[in-house]
Formats: sequence, C-alpha cells, structure tokens
Amino acid sequence: MNAEQVISQFSATGVQTCFHGRHIEPQIYKDLNGSNWSLKDYEARGGYQALRKILGQDGSVPNPETGVAGMTQDQVIATVKESALRGRGGAGFPSGLKWSFMPRQFPGQKYLVCNSDEGEPGTCKDRDILMFNPHIVIEGMAIAAYAMGINVGYNYIHGEIFEVYERFEAALEEARAAGYLGSGIMGSNFSFQLHAFHGFGAYICGEETALLESLEGKKGQPRFKPPFPASFGLYGKPTTINNTETFAAVPWIIRNGGSAYLECGKPNNGGTKIFSVSGDVNLPGNYEVPMGTPFAKLLELAGGVRTGRQLKAVIPGGSSSPVLPASIIMDCTMDYDSIAKAGSMLGSGAVIVMDDSRCMVESLKRLSYFYMHESCGQCTPCREGTGWLWRLVDKIQRGEAKASDLALLDNVAENIMGRTICALGDAAAMPVRAMLKHFRPEFAAMIKADATA
Amino acid sequence: MISEHKTPGGAVQAMKLSEATLARFAREVAKFPPEQAQSAVMACLSIVQQEQGYVALEAEKAIADYLGMPVMAVHEVTTFYNMYNQQPVGKFKLNVCTNLPCLLRDGGKALAHLEHKLGVQMGGTTADGLFTLQQSECLGACADSPVMLVNDRHMCSFMSNEKLDQLVDGLKAAEGKA
Repeated sequence: MNAEQVISQFSATGVQTCFHGRHIEPQIYKDLNGSNWSLKDYEARGGYQALRKILGQDGSVPNPETGVAGMTQDQVIATVKESALRGRGGAGFPSGLKWSFMPRQFPGQKYLVCNSDEGEPGTCKDRDILMFNPHIVIEGMAIAAYAMGINVGYNYIHGEIFEVYERFEAALEEARAAGYLGSGIMGSNFSFQLHAFHGFGAYICGEETALLESLEGKKGQPRFKPPFPASFGLYGKPTTINNTETFAAVPWIIRNGGSAYLECGKPNNGGTKIFSVSGDVNLPGNYEVPMGTPFAKLLELAGGVRTGRQLKAVIPGGSSSPVLPASIIMDCTMDYDSIAKAGSMLGSGAVIVMDDSRCMVESLKRLSYFYMHESCGQCTPCREGTGWLWRLVDKIQRGEAKASDLALLDNVAENIMGRTICALGDAAAMPVRAMLKHFRPEFAAMIKADATA
Repeated sequence: MISEHKTPGGAVQAMKLSEATLARFAREVAKFPPEQAQSAVMACLSIVQQEQGYVALEAEKAIADYLGMPVMAVHEVTTFYNMYNQQPVGKFKLNVCTNLPCLLRDGGKALAHLEHKLGVQMGGTTADGLFTLQQSECLGACADSPVMLVNDRHMCSFMSNEKLDQLVDGLKAAEGKA
C-alpha cells in the first residue's frame, strides 16, 4: 500500500455518526447512506424541487393576478418567518427576520455567506451534512439568494475538514453543470454563483465578522458591530451569513410550508435540530430530532451514559455554553427556550456528556487552554484574561492554589464578560462561571490545605 | 545574528513557482472579484504547503507578488492560522485533537500513545524525518474521537491504539522504513 491508501483506511464512513437509523423524523439526514450524496441521488430524494417551485419551474399554474408562476421574494421570506427557523450556528436568531434585514433594493453587489467553519468543541453536524448531503446546502443557499436578491455566495468551510471541502467543490461542479447554479437558473432570470472557501485552523473565524475578514484574505480578527454585515459585510457590501444547517433546513420549508415546519418543533422553535452528542455516551454521533425533544430521549438515542456510569453534567450547546448538572438537564427539553430557562444555551446543539468519573477542574482546564490558544489577541480583556483563567485553573488542579485564587478566578471571568469586541471573551468566561456555580466544592477541595488566603 | 535573520520585508527573493502551481492559484483567484485577489491567499498558502511541506518566506513573497498584496500581509495570514507550517515538518504531520469532547474519549491517550510509539514529545519530529506529532484544537469531528489529521487534508477517525499502530507501521512500510 502507498501512504494515501494507508491513511484512507481510517476515513470516517458516517455509519456511527449519521446512518445509524436513530434519528426522529429527520429532514436533513433523511435516507442518507454515504454513497448517495451526488446530484442524481439528491434529485431522487426530491432535491431542487424547492428551487424549481420558487422559480415557477415546477409546472405550477401562474398566479392569475400577476401572471407569474413561482414565489416572490417576499413570499419566500414570509414562509421562512412563519416556520420559526432560528439560526443553527449558535445564536438562534430568527432566520426570516435576518433575511428581511438585507437591503434587497441596494443596487450594488451583495453577498450570501454560509458559515461552515464548524470548530465549536462538541459540534460535528455540519461536517456530515456537507459530506453526505452537500446539495441540500447548495439548494438552501440558492433559495436564500433568490429571496434576498443576491447573486454571489461563498461557503466558508472549516480547514480541518478538507475532504469535506473537496466534496462540496465536487457538488458545486455538478450543480453548475445541471444549471442549478450560474446564470439564468432553469431558464429564469435569476443568477447565482456559489464558491467554496476553506479556513486553515482558527476557531475565531466561526465568528461572522472574523469569517468575513478571513474571506477577504486577512487575519481573522472580528470587527466592531455595528455596522452589521447586512449593511457592511464582505468587501464592505451588504452580506447575509447563515449556518450550514440553517440553509439545509430551507428546502424542506419551501416544499412543505412554514407552518408544517413549525409544527414539527415547538412554538417559537420550529423544525428539527441536529444534536452532536459527544463524550461519555455509548453511541456518540449526530442525532436529528424535532426541536423540543426531551434531553432524556436524546441521551437514550445516544445509547445512554457510558455503561456502568451515572450522568454527572452536560454542556448542552458547545463548549462555550454554561454546564448544567444532571439534575437540571434531565428535566429539560432540547430547544432554545427550555435550555435558556435552565441557565444555559442551546448554541450549536453540541451536547457534551460527562459521567460521574469526571473531574470538573480538569475539564475546565482543557477548555480554558483552548480559549487562551484561540483568542485572536485584539482585545486586552480576552487576550490577557484567557491566559489568567487557564493559569488559575491549572494552579488549582496542581494543588497549589490558595482560597483567594478561587475568588480571583471569579473576578477575572467577571471582568472579561461583556468587555470584548466579539463573543469569544464571553465564551471563555461563561464555562468558568458555570463550573464555579454548580461545582464549586470540587474546586475548593483542591485548594492547598495549609495555604492562607 | 540579526544580519542573518530573514524577515518577510527583508531581502527575501521570491521563489519560482511551477506552471502547475500557478494554475492551481489561478483557479482559486477566479472565485473572487478581480480586485479582490487577496481573498485567495489562504488557498495559495495551503497549496504551497501541500506541495512543499511548509511555507517558506520565499514562497510568501511569490504569493504576495502573484496576488498583488504586501508580503507582510501574507505573513500575517501564515502566522495567524494554526495549520500553516512556518518551518519544515516531518513527511507526515500528525495532529491529534485533545479538546474536551475528545479528551473524554481517549484523545489524550491517543496523543500519549503516539508519543511513546514514535519516541518524540508533542511538537517533535522523529529522527528519520518521517513524523511530526502535534496536539490540535477542535477538528470538528467530536463524535469520531479519538480523531486526528494527517498532513492537514486527511482525517482519521476512531483511532484506537491498535489503529494508531497500524497507521504508523503502514506509513513506515509505505516509505520503505518499516
């Protein structure tokens, strides 16, 4: 075997994470098997029917008043608003509302950007979408572009999943050849050019304005907001940025209607959501389930807590979201509102499960190292503060901390929160505050016994 | 000695790049508006790294000339993003994720196993120049843990100690160094 053959033996197949048959009413992951990612397979699953529908190319009767078939831009946006689709990247912002912010009549260039820079620890859902169902993202982006009057888009893909970037490029070639992308799509006067872009190792580029800087060929340092990307985005032009899973949800919504999407979730929390379950479970993987599914059910799908162990805590929405102890999370349903009420965030839907063998000091130390490593260095509270956080937790873990160091840890986290340009500072501080809130005795137990405060 | 220390803005000569490399660059540049060729800098740097193993200052200069941007702006990109190698590395760069979700599923043990197997510490390169071993931050494949990247572009999933041994032994055999 040559080196490439050796390495390829260890490539992921998706069997464990995606084709396990343990989704509940899936829309995005439905009927995937790893080999049916290509255009003809996607079309056989009903793919590109939503794009046909909005462009009036599905054989539907023209509107008697306007004489035009298909859906207007306003109708598409109204449908997405009705669906209560909320941004799947982490913020949970209503997607239809975001689309309505785009100044459609702006005469110059406008851009559509897909954020596939999936680097929030715990999150691995977009990777399986792009690898095993790339056309659903292309179709979703084309629909969004139509709705907002945009004719150029980019998909920014996490550099570490290079094979996924190559898969997406292959899918783009197929879509162009079939006339789903390019000029005058399906004989309409709608044109949309879409390109793939890869990062190369910077967590911060998942922040939308850092992503735009990176897309412009610069260091990924976040911009001040306002101005927001809707008015000053890529190359200073109006830009709308959505997460991969958000775009992937759109074709289903257009085909089945906004109210049907809302009905498969909970009020204000429409649709299905893909949860990446990692850590101490028997069957880690991605699980697509209706919004509002009880956490206990999700845990069951993931095979339950590692055999012989009890649930201790869960980080419900990616490493930046506050940890919740077992007693709280077991009563939650998995949707934006329930998790927020419990004091955390649904975030990207990355559920990191920890069993009763886990030391929270060690867990927090690894997370704090990550934020220190990935701080872009632009804002002093984050650049310096993340280093303080890591050094303090490390000191506690080594048994060398004094009681006053615990108070200092609180204090540093407090002084980072809300004092930085982007959310990375908050993302570093929130896990610290939540760990101290729920598991302070574990930290206190590691304070040096003979040390005086 | 300072006088021997090369800097991006100093007297670095641009590397001559092959027609094949420039054709790959052109494909990336074509994705962007003509006046925004700088957007292709990350792709060009990763192409150079794939072909040469790392990004030399001379290559940065060549990319800067090609894209019409200051060489320091290219260097800023090389140094900002984790995956660019600013120095030569082993023939196979192994990046093992040890972030929290992976740590909970033996990511740390995989790194330790490779340190032992290869006889190098994290960050080191084996004496035969075959392997460089690094810890990495979230690769975005948390449910596949232990997970690692080989030479930036190939992800290896569910890397138990047995599979790590197979990978390392297989690569050694492929290179005639078994």
